[in-house]
Amino acid sequence: MSGIAANEPSAGAEVVQRGSFALTVRRLRRDTASMAALCVILAVILLAVVAPWVAGITGHSPIEQFRETGLSPAGIPVGPGAEFWLGTDQLGRDVLVRLAYGARVSLLVGVFASMLASLIAVVVGTTAGYFGGTVDLVLSRLTDLVMSVPFLLCALALVSAFGPSLMLSVAVIVFFSWAPMARVIRGQVISLRRQDFVLASRSLGAGPLSIMVVDILPNLAVPIIVYTTMQIPNSIVFEATLSFLGMGIVPPTPSWGGMLADASSNSLYLVAWWLIFVPGTALLMTTLAFNILGDGLRDALDPKSARTVRRLRRRPKAGAKP
Amino acid sequence: MAILEAKGLTVDIPTEDGTVHAVRNVSFAIRPGSLFGIAGESGSGKSVLTQAVMGLLPNADISGEVWFEGRNLIGLSQEEMRRLRGGRIGMIFQDPLSSLHPFYTIGAQIAEVLHAHETIGPAEARARVVDMLGKVGIPSPAERFDDYPHQFSGGMRQRVMIAMALILKPALIIADEPTTALDVTVQAQIVELLDAMRRDFGTTVILITHDLGLLSSVADDVMVMYAGNRLEYGRAADVFRAPAHPYTAGLLRSTPASYRPGTELAPIGGRPPSLLATPAGCVFAPRCPEALARCANERPPLRVYDDGVESLCWLEAGAGRARPVAAAAAAVKAADPEPVAEIEDVCLTYQTGSFFGAKRSLEVLKGIDLTVGRGETVGLVGESGCGKSTLARIVAGLVPATSGRVRVLGKDMASLDARAWRKMRREVQLVFQDPFGSLNPRRRVGAIIGDPFRLHGIASGEERREKVRRLMEMVGLNPEHYNRFPAEFSGGQRQRIGIARALALNPALIICDEPVSALDVSIQAQVLNLLRDLQRDLGLTYLFISHDLSVVRHVCDRIAVMQGGRIVELETAERLFADPQHAYTRTLLSASRTLPAFADGGARMLVETRSAS
Repeated sequence: MSGIAANEPSAGAEVVQRGSFALTVRRLRRDTASMAALCVILAVILLAVVAPWVAGITGHSPIEQFRETGLSPAGIPVGPGAEFWLGTDQLGRDVLVRLAYGARVSLLVGVFASMLASLIAVVVGTTAGYFGGTVDLVLSRLTDLVMSVPFLLCALALVSAFGPSLMLSVAVIVFFSWAPMARVIRGQVISLRRQDFVLASRSLGAGPLSIMVVDILPNLAVPIIVYTTMQIPNSIVFEATLSFLGMGIVPPTPSWGGMLADASSNSLYLVAWWLIFVPGTALLMTTLAFNILGDGLRDALDPKSARTVRRLRRRPKAGAKP
Repeated sequence: MAILEAKGLTVDIPTEDGTVHAVRNVSFAIRPGSLFGIAGESGSGKSVLTQAVMGLLPNADISGEVWFEGRNLIGLSQEEMRRLRGGRIGMIFQDPLSSLHPFYTIGAQIAEVLHAHETIGPAEARARVVDMLGKVGIPSPAERFDDYPHQFSGGMRQRVMIAMALILKPALIIADEPTTALDVTVQAQIVELLDAMRRDFGTTVILITHDLGLLSSVADDVMVMYAGNRLEYGRAADVFRAPAHPYTAGLLRSTPASYRPGTELAPIGGRPPSLLATPAGCVFAPRCPEALARCANERPPLRVYDDGVESLCWLEAGAGRARPVAAAAAAVKAADPEPVAEIEDVCLTYQTGSFFGAKRSLEVLKGIDLTVGRGETVGLVGESGCGKSTLARIVAGLVPATSGRVRVLGKDMASLDARAWRKMRREVQLVFQDPFGSLNPRRRVGAIIGDPFRLHGIASGEERREKVRRLMEMVGLNPEHYNRFPAEFSGGQRQRIGIARALALNPALIICDEPVSALDVSIQAQVLNLLRDLQRDLGLTYLFISHDLSVVRHVCDRIAVMQGGRIVELETAERLFADPQHAYTRTLLSASRTLPAFADGGARMLVETRSAS
């Protein structure tokens, strides 16, 4: 309840006008789920950053195979223990180190591909929405076309034609993820275009590019931030899917999807549960965290959303009983 | 015996920024069968008050008592409130379009009210609905029963809303700004209807409005609210004849309806306070022209006068006598000024019709001739949909005309190429109606006002900032607020930002499209006076568009009355008011109510002084 007490202005005092950024941060901080999600994301980022140190501390490189210590005499992977904290995989490689390096790939692909997809979406959506007419018709049908291409089929065909590589997976992910966001941006721009402030700019002599960049783009900040955040887990899952099918990251470079594929390929997970549990949990937690954060960001950036109101409603009741 | 009586009603609404004290310790009693008016600017808590009474604020902390038919409404269960709403208390809202369901016929919607509260057969319900529709003045009600809301005009929709509120013959009707969204001529009809219905059915009406002219013509009792406080309360005739509180007096003085030729509007300075703060003294003290030393830090007592008027004020004798403010000498205008804009036989036709349907053409403007001379103000008056805003956009060059010629500074707008059109932007500027929509919410005020300089590459860096600061000072904004966002300003201040932006390039013609329609009365006067002062100092030319004749009269030299895409009358302002020629002008004039002349408050005796808290 200290929050209310702090807000109560003393008699005659100037009421504090908070900036929109400060308000957003305040709302976000009050949302425990978002804060927990942010912590998970920060932990994953930390893991990716310190991957070389993890390798240094354990003394295991991500691609080194420890056939003596990492595999039982029967060739079964060793479970979590003092030497291999999260066990080893079927080739005797340290799962923890591979997980840390895999986080690098996941985050790189996730963040990079999402940003690129957002950029394309903003350009296409803004152009289509602002100009309308034939330009809108062409760009919108192009968007529809991309959305109607079956993802896996196309990805498999591309990879078999060009051979798997990191850049190709990013390209495939970007190609398949910009379309839905472009549609949303287009809708927003169409409604923004009719606002008086755009007319005001036009009456001042502003050209289309100036109106799009200076007037419309700042008003799109909220959907861009939210959609990019929500796109990151999608990209991570896309990448994992491609790697799982052997179409993404080339082995022996570790990636979470590839680790899951290895575990399932010869049914090893029946005896070595950690092979599926460790990368699976990491993938689940990361995507879940990004999704929750995206949700929380949307609520925090858009004060009219239902959840903020609900939270406010709860406060006075708690305050009534000190 | 009062039908509704509130005692010490207080409403606090928790929000993001802290608790909003929307209503503070308000008491009133409403006599049965009377029309009770609640007046106040936006944010004065008048709507929140009635919503609290109706139990429509589940979110708020409400204390105090509201007695209705022997029951205290505060603390009634949702179920009991639901039965009261509609059945015993009816509501009429501001916007009749969004309050009616677009997918059901109006007959079905009104009948639904009957079915919800009574056990009644469909045939009988229909008969009662048709009867009621006839009573509220819907022509051929039996046929229109099956029509949808979009098939009715705004005024007719509001009649449907009134029929819906009256169908169960409630004891009390709350009308929340029922005429604000309507045209002036329709407003008058709706108010007459409400008044007639009250007499026929014996229903008590609470009329919430910011329009004092409207209240003065129909209300029996009024309550003036400001920042959640009841500042003045009494019989309408007494309050409007001689307001006891300086705020009421200020409101009456700032209304353009009370304008007399040769005087200047006397605005209430400053802006309404934040409802988050709890001031130590009187809420109105910072804006009060008659404030005493103690007003700032001691709560004002309640003064009760011999004619029943109650006022929350330290002044014992009531508000001071109205001082007529002499208008500053108007700039000497040339007898025959050179024309800035010449509009000759301008027509605009839209082609409508779907892909499959037959093409129809919609004539918006049917041949307009108008000349605006340098240094003068020409007013365009008409109802919504008469084409006045479209004409403004054509003159500004934003919409091309179908036929006819628009010449600004001797150049034909239609023949301009892209570069010349851009140059023309410096000469014609617009001030928009909506101070919220016309400023980009994500850009800082300094950047918004500096836009004309940026787009035309005139000044940059420190020089531009200096120019913007000077403009802000010119329109009465604090130049230190350079880095703020539009959301941090009030409506009137935002309109000043819009004016500063229009002034930046020193244009030959400024088109004001309903610049004060979205503002409160006290703020309206500030902006109108600003526009007039700027014209005097800078020799500006205005094309001033409004639906409100009294506003136009205050600022304009000549007035053009528009109806259905044509100018039906064009005359100097005073002649138009003194001797209207066209029938439509006369209708408009009779619809805009003038306030009763207000005498001085000396005849009033103080009977009692009570502590307010």
